[in-house]
Formats: sequence, structure tokens, C-alpha cells
Amino acid sequence: MISERYLNALVLLAFLAIPVWAILADEPFTITLATRAAILALAAVGLNIALGIGGLVSLGHAVFFGIGGYAMGILAFHAQTYTPLELGGLSLAGTKSMPVVWVVAMITSALAALGIGVLSLRTTGVYFIMITLAFGQMFFYFAISWSAYGGEDGLSIYVRNEFPGINTLVPIQFFGVCFVILCIALYLNARLAASPFGLALNASRQVPARVEAVGLNPTRIKLLAFVISGALTGLAGALFADLNRFVSPTMFSWQLSGELIVLVILGGVGRLMGPVVGAALFVVLEHWLGGLTEFWHIFLGAILLVIVLFARGGVVGLLTGKEGAHV
Amino acid sequence: MSAILILEQVLNGIQFGVMLFLMAAGLTLIFGVMGLINLAHGSLYMVGAFAAAAVAGATGSFLLALIAALAAAALAGAVIEMVVIRRLYASAHLDQVLATFALILVFSEGTRWVFGSFPLFLDIPDVLAGPVTLPGGIEYPLYRLTLIAIGLAIAAGLWWLIERTRIGIQIRAGENDREMIAALGVDISRLYTLIFALGAALAGLAGALVGAIQSVQVGMGEPVLILAFVVIVIGGIGSIKGAFIGAILVGLTDTLGGVFLPPLFKLFMEPSAATQTGSALSSMLIYLLMSLVLIWRPTGLFGARA
Repeated sequence: MISERYLNALVLLAFLAIPVWAILADEPFTITLATRAAILALAAVGLNIALGIGGLVSLGHAVFFGIGGYAMGILAFHAQTYTPLELGGLSLAGTKSMPVVWVVAMITSALAALGIGVLSLRTTGVYFIMITLAFGQMFFYFAISWSAYGGEDGLSIYVRNEFPGINTLVPIQFFGVCFVILCIALYLNARLAASPFGLALNASRQVPARVEAVGLNPTRIKLLAFVISGALTGLAGALFADLNRFVSPTMFSWQLSGELIVLVILGGVGRLMGPVVGAALFVVLEHWLGGLTEFWHIFLGAILLVIVLFARGGVVGLLTGKEGAHV
Repeated sequence: MSAILILEQVLNGIQFGVMLFLMAAGLTLIFGVMGLINLAHGSLYMVGAFAAAAVAGATGSFLLALIAALAAAALAGAVIEMVVIRRLYASAHLDQVLATFALILVFSEGTRWVFGSFPLFLDIPDVLAGPVTLPGGIEYPLYRLTLIAIGLAIAAGLWWLIERTRIGIQIRAGENDREMIAALGVDISRLYTLIFALGAALAGLAGALVGAIQSVQVGMGEPVLILAFVVIVIGGIGSIKGAFIGAILVGLTDTLGGVFLPPLFKLFMEPSAATQTGSALSSMLIYLLMSLVLIWRPTGLFGARA
């Protein structure tokens, strides 16, 4: 059994060490896998704020992932075809600049989270799960029928977006960008969890009535958490689209929403590093089991069942010897 | 647009609705009695369809295929209830979502392993093939009409089972107070397995019946599952009556929206844009309906008041 703080440092170090090793061993694909894990971890960190601290079981977080992806796809599409983006009378130029794409991705997914949150938070429990799922499907079908941006086929972006001072086409440099963003998100997550807002959110999950009794509005607190959560997952979506240089409606699919929850649970709900451990483990399993058999999802399913039934705290819980007190 | 076309589409909507009801009834019963959210319900639909396609392929009998679908889905339901689901009744919804999501992965990939990735086909039996002429001169496929009849018969049967039989009393009592009926000597865990198997059998039957008009393939259950969720959210979770009305509402909205929205938009838009906007909007229509119902009544049309 090791302390959680120690484990967290170890996880981040390992995350950094593997790509460095990959450069020395000349294994560029491992760097791509690590980048994928870092981006999925970022998406799961976002979900963990709503799910882990706020107790909001959102089965529709792929919406924000997809919106982030399409924000990147649409901006880059207009930049690479030199066509203006018509937006209600406004004519905007596309862009290949990552920071601009990120800001757009975060704002649009935050707005979507606000809309979905206002409606969904009228309900609780199982209704909330089903409604977020239904909103996810709504966006999925909308993306499929939106033929201006590829419809079912999706959009291909030929060259990865640019970041000032960095050559994003070099795998290790793009990994660096994603890793730094992940670390910033983790830092913000840790600060948020310890802030008065984080404490109020935690309390809103446990006993909303008492939160109300001390004069706070638990629904509004949860809504803000949902918006922050959506914005982070949206940012991850933009990075994911940049990694693959491709966006398609599958980024909105409900399986992806399910997998994001899986990442959080695999690592440990409500724990700072839970999503990171979960995402890393998921990518390793996907790569390793996927290499063994085409039907690796069966084993993923079995592992999940075992974790849900017997290891409630996820991997972080197992390693630190603490059962998750959460949810 | 003629009256005949409209009537035909209304019948299509009702047919879609009653099939959704078969799915939604099981989901809502399982949630109402056991408090369990079951994502794997769509897998049971798929199990039913595959069992039917396999048996129909081997024997050529549609009736045997339906019996096989019922039996296979009920058996699969009873087994997963006893092995996995039973441990989840007291768990948080999050655990239930995750465990049943895991079951989907196992079922989907397992089916792909056994049957391969290519879709199977289940033929409509000869007796039910071809159209019939309804009063008013509407030609309508006999098979779809049979589906409506079967769906309505099952809705009536379910109502009778729950309102008029001893097992129905136990089910209703289980919704209200499980400790109390356990204390009265009802074997609760057997009752739960029974309800789960009943819900599974209905899903499997729906899968087999719909499988004959669509293709039977891995992943066929999930879109229907999500629609069934929309149905029970609209109708109110735990209410069979709500599930029925919600299912018909969703079936009609989805079918009529898909047919009538694009021409409606053509009245004031250019044709290509109208088709696109119309079809985009029609695929989102039931979710808009759901949002409206929730704004009006957060616990659905017939849900218990919170």
C-alpha cells in the first residue's frame, strides 16, 4: 500500500518517462499511444469533475468531446479550403492556430453544457442518466445528417494545426503540448476540489438539502460544475481531432460516453489521478488485448465487471488500500 | 399528400411504437420493481433476433423461431440476473450503468465471435407476406399489421398480468415495499429473476419480430434501447401505462416527422436545403419532444411525483 500523493507523482513521472524511452528506442507509435492516453485522460478529468465530485452520472459527455472535435474540424476545414465561415451574417476566416481552436472548443462546449445542464438538472438519478444519453444521441444524429461538414463520413484535416514555437507534426512535441495541458487541468482540478466551490459541490452530491439549508443553491453549483466539466472534455475533443486529423460523428457516439465513464471508474471515481490511471490502462489494454484478439472488448467487459463488483475504488483505490468513499 | 399516405404512415408509426413498447415495458418494470437501470436490455433484444434467425435458418419455421427468441432471451436474462444483476440492486446507479455497459461489451463481441460481423436475414413467413386491403382502400403489409396486433395483445396481457393476477399483486407490492412483501413470505429473489426474465423475453420477442423487417446484426439493440429510454422518460419511469403511451407517441413522432418535415420545409426553403434541414430536424424531433415533456413534467407523464 502506498500513499495516494506518492502514487500520483509516480503516475505522472511514468507518463513522462514512457515517451522519452520511446524516443531513445525509436518507437514513434508508442508516443502516439501515450498522446492518445493523455488526451483521453484530459477528457476523463473533465468528466470526473461532474461525476466524481458532483455525482452527476452523465452518459452524454461525448457531446462535448464531439463539439470540441467539430470546432477544430470546422475551423481547420475553412482554413484549408480558404472559404469563409458564415455565421448568421458574420463572415469569419478559418484558422489553423491551436490556441484559437482550443478557446473556441471550450466556449462552444461550455455553452452546450449550459443548455443541456439547465434541462437535465431539473431531474436527478436515473432520469439524469437517460436524459444526458438522449442528448448525446440528438447531437450524434445531427452530426450524421449535417452534410456540409461531411455528414456520416466525417471531415479530414490534412495538416495538424499549429502552435507558436512548436512543430506539432513531430510526435513528441505534440505529446508535450497535450501533456502540459493535462497537467494544467489536473492542477486546476486539485485547486477546484479544495476550494469553497469544490467543497460545496461535494456537499451538493452528498446532501443537497443541507446545502440548501445553509443558503446555497445546489442545482446552480452542479450546473457550474457541469459547464466546467463540459469545457474540459471539449478541449480534449479538439486535441483528439488534431491527433487523428479527422473528425466524424463517432466522436458523439454513446459508446464513447460509456468509455469515458469507464476510464474514470477504472482508475477510481473522484480521485485526482483516477482518470489518468484509467486512460493509461485503457490504452494499454486496447493495444495489448487488441493485438491478441479481435474481440478484446469481451475481456474489457469482464475486467469492468470485476472492478464494479469487487474493487469499488478502482486501480488507485486498490493501490492505496482505500475503498472509494464516493458516489 | 393524400389521406391514404398519411394513414399508412400513422400505421407505420403505431407499429414502431408497439415494438418500442415491448422494449420499454421490460425496462420500466425492472426499474420500477428493482430500481435498476439496465443498459444491457438492448443486448437481450439482439439475443432474441439472433436466436430467431438461427432457428429459422435451421428449421424454416417462423413460429419455432419466435419461441426460440423468447426462450433464449428469457434464459439469457435469468442467467445475467442471477450472476451479475443481483449484486447490483443495492448499488449506486453509476455501478449499474457500468456493469450493464460491461455486459453489452461481452454480449456484442460474443455474438460477433459466434455469428461473425455480417448481418443475418430473417424472412417474413409466407402466410404473413404481401399486403392486405384495409377498409378505405389502403394497401398495407400484413406482417406489419400483425406486429401491431401482437404488440397490442401483449400490452393487454401485461395489463391483465399486473392488475388481475397474484404475481401482479406481488410485482406491484415489490414496487412499493420490498421488505414488507419479503416478510409476508414471498421469495423476493425468485420474483426478481422472474420479472427480469419476463422483461428479457419481451425484448427478445421484439428483436425477432423487428428482425424480419430489418437485418439482424450486432449492435442492433442499442439504438432501440436508447429510444426505449426516451419512451420511459416521457412516460414516467416505472409506469407501464406511461411506457405504452410514450411508445406510441415516440413511434408516431419519429415516423411522421421523418416523412412530413422535409416537404414541410420545402414550402419556404429551396429543395436541397429543405431536405437536409428537414431530415436533420426529424432525427432530433423525439429528443425535442422529450425535453418539452421534461420541462412540463420532470418525472414524465405518468411518473410518481417527486
